[in-house]
Amino acid sequence: MMKIKTKPYGEIEVNEKQRIFFPDGIIGFEGIQYYFLLDSREGPYYWLQAEKYPELAFILINPRIFKEGYKLMVREEDYKSIGIEEMNNCLDFAIVTVPEDPKRISANLMGPIIINKKTRKAKQVISENDEYTVKHYIIDEEKSRKEDLVESR
Amino acid sequence: MLVLTRKPNESIMIGEDVEVSIVEVKGDQVKLGISAPKNVKVHRKEIFLAIQRENIDASKPVIDKIGEMGGIFKKKKVN
Repeated sequence: MMKIKTKPYGEIEVNEKQRIFFPDGIIGFEGIQYYFLLDSREGPYYWLQAEKYPELAFILINPRIFKEGYKLMVREEDYKSIGIEEMNNCLDFAIVTVPEDPKRISANLMGPIIINKKTRKAKQVISENDEYTVKHYIIDEEKSRKEDLVESR
Repeated sequence: MLVLTRKPNESIMIGEDVEVSIVEVKGDQVKLGISAPKNVKVHRKEIFLAIQRENIDASKPVIDKIGEMGGIFKKKKVN
């Protein structure tokens, strides 16, 4: 156990197992390689907190909880670059953008994060699925998902 | 920046194993063919820039707004 300063919760204790290594950083934040993956205390999402920069933290979400039929499509080489040989070892998330207007909370499905569960190496990749953009408004996706469910009854 | 003039079906080499060829020129569009080893990433620049911009926005979440959003941002069981 060790203590780090976090953006959402101040100083907290974290476990080495939560420490995620991005050899290439995150696009636009290439120089920052170490983050901690924290459970959110408020809902079904996660914080990706930069180890050395308390002010830098991303919100991550499992896209499947709002996007009907979400399918992760990533190049083989991207999986291999962080040592993922089988999908059982892969965790994947979308980064969430939270602006002033909560109706415009969105998730980036074009640049998903993949994590090797065993080694905790991670990478932001570019989706091979052309239908995914950097801004999927979560409220709209959820709504259409509910409508789909109603229609299928 | 090095600027080269090429015609359709001509190509340039970048290093020893990356080849960029001009497949077709039609009006204001140029179709490029790229042969590169698998470990060389090739992307449209605007996609890379769009992700970069979105990451920068995402790095400044307005924390007190998260709770205002219904649905998935309320605690619930995820299958």
